[in-house]
Amino acid sequence: MINSAIKKVIVLGSGALKIGEAGEFDYSGSQALKALKEEGVYTVLINPNIATIQTSEEIADKIYFLPVTATWVEKVIEKEKPDGILLAFGGQTALNCGVDLFRQGILEKHNIQVVGTPVQSIINTEDRQIFADILREIDVLTPKSVACDTIEKAREAAKKLGFPLIIRAAYTLGGLGSGFCSNEEELNKLAENAFSYSPQILVEESIKGWKEVEYEVVRDKYDNCITVCNMENFDPLGIHTGESIVVAPSQTLSNDEYHKLRTLSIKIIRKIGVVGECNVQFALDPNSEDYRVIEVNARLSRSSALASKATGYPLAFVAAKLGLGYGLHELKNSVTKVTTACFEPALDYVVVKIPRWDLNKFEGVSKTLGSSMKSVGEIMAIGRSFEEAIQKGIRMVGGGMHGFEGNRSEMEITDIEGELKNPTDRRIFAIAEAFQNGYSVDKIWEITRIDKWFLQKLSNIHDLKNRLIEFNTLAELPVDLLLLAKKQGYSDFQIARLVMKNPDSQIHSDLLKVRAHRKSLGITPVIKQIDTLAGEYPALTNYLYVTYNGTEHDVEFQHDQKSVIVLGSGAYRIGSSVEFDWCSVNAVNTIRKEGFRSIMINYNPETVSTDYDTCDRLYFDELTLERVLDICDLEQPLGTVLSMGGQIPNNLAMRLHKQGIPILGTTAEKIDNAEDRNKFSAMLDRLDVDQPRWSQLTTIEDINRFVDEVGFPVLIRPSYVLSGAAMNVVSNKDQLHHFLTLAAHVSKEHPVVVSEFIENAKEIEVDAVAKNGEIVAYAISEHVEFAGVHSGDATIVFPPQKLYIETIRRIKKISRKIALALEITGPFNIQYLAKDNDIKVIECNLRASRSFPFVSKVLRTNLIEIATKAMLDVPFEKPDKSLFELDYVGVKAPQFSFHRLLNADPVTGVDMASTGEVACIGENFYEALLKSMLSVGYRIPKKTILISSGPTKGKVELLDSARMLKERDFTIYATGGTHNFFKENGIETEQVCWPDEDNADINTLDLIKNRKVEMVINIPKDHTTREISNGYNIRRNAIDFNIPLITNARVASAFIYAICKLDLENIAIKAWNEYK
Amino acid sequence: MRKVKLILEDGTVLEGKSFGYEKSVAGEVVFYTAMTGYPESLTDPSYTGQILVSTYPLIGNYGVPKDLIEDGIHKHFESNKIHITGLIISDYSVGFSHWNAMMSLGDWLKSQEIPGLYDIDTRLLTKILREKGSLLGKIEFESEEIEFFDPNLSNLVAIASTDQVITYGNGAYKIVMVDCGVKNNIIRCLIKRNTTVIRVPWDYDFTTLEYDGLFLTNGPGDPAMCDITVKHIKVAIAQEKPIMGICLGNQLLGLAAGAETYKLKYGHRSHNQPVLLNGTNRCFITSQNHGFAIATETLPSEWESLFVNVNDNTNEGIRHKTKPFFSTQFHPEASSGPVDTEFLFDDFIESVKKNKSGK
Repeated sequence: MINSAIKKVIVLGSGALKIGEAGEFDYSGSQALKALKEEGVYTVLINPNIATIQTSEEIADKIYFLPVTATWVEKVIEKEKPDGILLAFGGQTALNCGVDLFRQGILEKHNIQVVGTPVQSIINTEDRQIFADILREIDVLTPKSVACDTIEKAREAAKKLGFPLIIRAAYTLGGLGSGFCSNEEELNKLAENAFSYSPQILVEESIKGWKEVEYEVVRDKYDNCITVCNMENFDPLGIHTGESIVVAPSQTLSNDEYHKLRTLSIKIIRKIGVVGECNVQFALDPNSEDYRVIEVNARLSRSSALASKATGYPLAFVAAKLGLGYGLHELKNSVTKVTTACFEPALDYVVVKIPRWDLNKFEGVSKTLGSSMKSVGEIMAIGRSFEEAIQKGIRMVGGGMHGFEGNRSEMEITDIEGELKNPTDRRIFAIAEAFQNGYSVDKIWEITRIDKWFLQKLSNIHDLKNRLIEFNTLAELPVDLLLLAKKQGYSDFQIARLVMKNPDSQIHSDLLKVRAHRKSLGITPVIKQIDTLAGEYPALTNYLYVTYNGTEHDVEFQHDQKSVIVLGSGAYRIGSSVEFDWCSVNAVNTIRKEGFRSIMINYNPETVSTDYDTCDRLYFDELTLERVLDICDLEQPLGTVLSMGGQIPNNLAMRLHKQGIPILGTTAEKIDNAEDRNKFSAMLDRLDVDQPRWSQLTTIEDINRFVDEVGFPVLIRPSYVLSGAAMNVVSNKDQLHHFLTLAAHVSKEHPVVVSEFIENAKEIEVDAVAKNGEIVAYAISEHVEFAGVHSGDATIVFPPQKLYIETIRRIKKISRKIALALEITGPFNIQYLAKDNDIKVIECNLRASRSFPFVSKVLRTNLIEIATKAMLDVPFEKPDKSLFELDYVGVKAPQFSFHRLLNADPVTGVDMASTGEVACIGENFYEALLKSMLSVGYRIPKKTILISSGPTKGKVELLDSARMLKERDFTIYATGGTHNFFKENGIETEQVCWPDEDNADINTLDLIKNRKVEMVINIPKDHTTREISNGYNIRRNAIDFNIPLITNARVASAFIYAICKLDLENIAIKAWNEYK
Repeated sequence: MRKVKLILEDGTVLEGKSFGYEKSVAGEVVFYTAMTGYPESLTDPSYTGQILVSTYPLIGNYGVPKDLIEDGIHKHFESNKIHITGLIISDYSVGFSHWNAMMSLGDWLKSQEIPGLYDIDTRLLTKILREKGSLLGKIEFESEEIEFFDPNLSNLVAIASTDQVITYGNGAYKIVMVDCGVKNNIIRCLIKRNTTVIRVPWDYDFTTLEYDGLFLTNGPGDPAMCDITVKHIKVAIAQEKPIMGICLGNQLLGLAAGAETYKLKYGHRSHNQPVLLNGTNRCFITSQNHGFAIATETLPSEWESLFVNVNDNTNEGIRHKTKPFFSTQFHPEASSGPVDTEFLFDDFIESVKKNKSGK
């Protein structure tokens, strides 16, 4: 039955997390690798994303941290000589790479079989014209569409089809370069942009306002087909499915509609010839059964990961097995273990997915939701009513909201109609506000075209709020109303706020009063299982959720002091993503290995930690105080681990501790000592450890006085932000004034923290593990960029290559002092500034940090395993390796997603902007750097480069680079100042004028738009408005026209050195385990 | 609001809230796991005598469609009325939304005097029914006590069947349909394949009729109640005219062939039952609704198993080894549910055609 010729395969990963391609592919890839391993197939994984679970030794047999591009993959093929390759598990990145390998004849040349869906089928779904033609052959409707390769043809097509229209770029990720237009002017703009991503664009009829429905379809080689799940978008067509709230299963489709689309899905998958999994997206007319097929993804996708989590059906695992030749009926349902995998899950709950946006992190970005994706993560909420699921979900997103209602102190929406008409990331709250202002369901439907069923459910939540606020004390609140509120997903917080109505400062004690009150009335939630068959067959599943819509627990609780709860990291967001999933999963693994039962709480469908195979019990539920207490009440665990999931669990430490929840590792008081700026600062003073001067201030006068003392630049951290970034560095009085009046708010209630900002300082990170205050393992790494670039956006080198021994010695000493003072047990991270051996502490986190997987993997010492053992108080071996013994270097590089964030200024600063990262290993710094930067999408320029080098120090930094490029016959285009500076130093460049200049010289923007340069180096200078705007235009156009952009002088010079000194042909292709 | 309870024969009592007609009723409590298609399921005559528990919690979302008549049958329903005895769900959608909706589910239940309960832990209930098997139960409104009632002791087929001969369509092939409680979609599937369907009552002696093919429909309850029908089918088997059966029709054909039937613990009522075509690797997802099955091992030697359930290895269809007789335990006509096996109607008509031209 299975293809025995396949003994060794290459699996392509998806690289760094980016908007449109995130952690879901770690989950898919890990599942596929597990399936392959089970069949005895030797697996070679290519994925530079070092923070993933899949790049772990126990998951893949061999791992290459290399770019997922045809060039590099061919090198690995030549070395490894595999029998097969899997293209469907690494998102669009892997798929595109696979198509390249196929088109370049590399697969044929090396006689490699594609495991699963054939490449031709993939190409057929990717090229919209071929796709539409194929579907026409089987009488399946697609939107009327014309493929165009010039803007003139696009205009012609528009005339034929009539406005409004949608423009799409072919072969792109998650709707990149697409949008709606309603006149020729808008068409021109959109088309020009779309052509920058793809040589082919599509002009299509607009079916805006139709329902959007997706099916996940599976097919085996015997032509057996199933649809595992269907999903319905809350937002009608016009908003990218990645930007939309999505429910599973569909809620507003009749049986006829459901099965009409299901039958079409199967017809399509058969025609295309998928073996494995694919996703079919439909538009469905809300007034008839008319439909269009919008898209087919012949690979695992974000939706398939969601569908797997929504149903318990492991799509990627099954798809990999089908690729090897199994039939669906020959595989078992991995939840029940007794029934077959050839079935369609029956759900007895409802699932709601909500995207997570981080648009506030970006300067200038457009917040309107549309046909391209901007969200950086998502959550999934499970309930037995829609009201329950959506309210849970809104809290899970982590934007500080408490549910559908009860957010009045957090969000103010004035232009309700505008928000409803032009949806932004606040759309759901605009609906709440609309109800509040007397809008009817019908009126909201008129404006939004969101199906009335959803709006009616939301209006139920709103109506209940109105009933709750009629009462003022818990004692007078009727019991059945309280129970109904819990069934509709109201949290204790919401109930406290709506009923008790005390000022926000009392809310934390009030919500505990609500909790005590309802417990005294016996109002507590129950635990239900997800078993794929709605209870039809007995299942020993450990996949659980919490609900008030039920009266019986599905599981029993063993109170034997053997279970340990790990709190996960929640929605992926800027600043917290797959690296914390790696930490959580490794903690869980260690807990299991040590003979304890592991219990995971997390709600991010894109993770491995929410794979029910990972732990002994998975609670797919909220990480709020209320829910964690609910679960702890039932499980009565030996302890809880808060240090693996980033800041969300860390923030719960004190409150859980006060409720008597046992916390493993560093105590809650000590965590508070590190988190509380004043306490931490006082401690550093006591320890005689230096830190940048800072002060927490409440008036502009005080701020001015402090700045006079420490001098510019200073770092400003307001506690209340009006718009834009939460943190900023300001260099002069004007900027300071501007920031404090326009962007932030200063008052007694909203103090501002001002810190001295040290320029040209190195930033150094210590990731370490301690037990009872003694450091037992550590790793020190350095940033390539000078301080001022957020550590999440920095290029990080480990082991450090350019630190003084003296610096390292002093950092170790200070770290020991801090570990001892905070009596640390478990993982921690300290960030330092170093200038001429002068060391200052910037920050200390008593939890795992973003860089733990990176240093653990480069060091080949699992710091999380050691940390977990330390917390469990079980014996462990102290690693004997030190960072000086490594004969190789690891470099971690950030991945930005600016191309998806319309109008955002692509610069790095003190607030984090990157959405992901990669890390590669090399024989030396430059080799590792080059591989890393190529992995995040940089391309090596061959002949031309544009440099505008900003401030003097940037010019100096780039002088040698320019010289090297000149020696290699590069044409260097430079803006005025840079041109002159280089000229004075004997380097000839072509002078180009700034975007706003209009003279005989070539304009920088023309260079970019006509693709006359292969790379843009633009070092921002923060002086005049004019330079800021010119710089912005250059950077933004580089992004929009897809030309590699570097904005940091130190990174630019390192990159140029690397491309000049290294020959790609001579770089040794080595797997991770070959670096010894 | 009147208090209302669901009481099971094992002593379980669950309090709920009423959204249908307020009347105490008793019957057999069964669960079904389909996520769509309540208008179709509620009008499926096979549910006669049963209190239906929906495992999917959100019901009523898209209301109830317009009652249109097409080709002499209800377009959106599977018969001319609601056949279930009562409906038990978790979360009722008071508001509904669909372009084709005429009224809410609650109003529909009220108009046909069928009680409906919500706010019940249907997963708990399903687990009880799974562990103990289908149980007798009653929906009792305050101050309206009633006794338990076992519908399987009555002849449900007689209740669900037609009492007169009705003809549908005007096609080339004449199909006699023995109505044991037929779903409208079976009639639709036949008449769109160039047939004239003569629907006869369950106990009608069709052997005297002129026809090209015989169709044995689905229906409620225990096949052992249909002795007369089995007797007639035995006569038909002795002839050579093609026979197709569905669900109860499968069991009746089995009994006529000489096999035995038995009651399943809690039956199959869902849209996701996998069946394997014997001797092949073709596996189909099917819609099902039955509590009884053929004991495959009791099939006489000239008959064989046609389909088998991949989950629990129960019989999903039989066929004669040489003659054009076959039947399925599942519902190729779906409605509600997946339509992947509708091709079986083509197979049937093909053999009718062949048989007719061979004469």
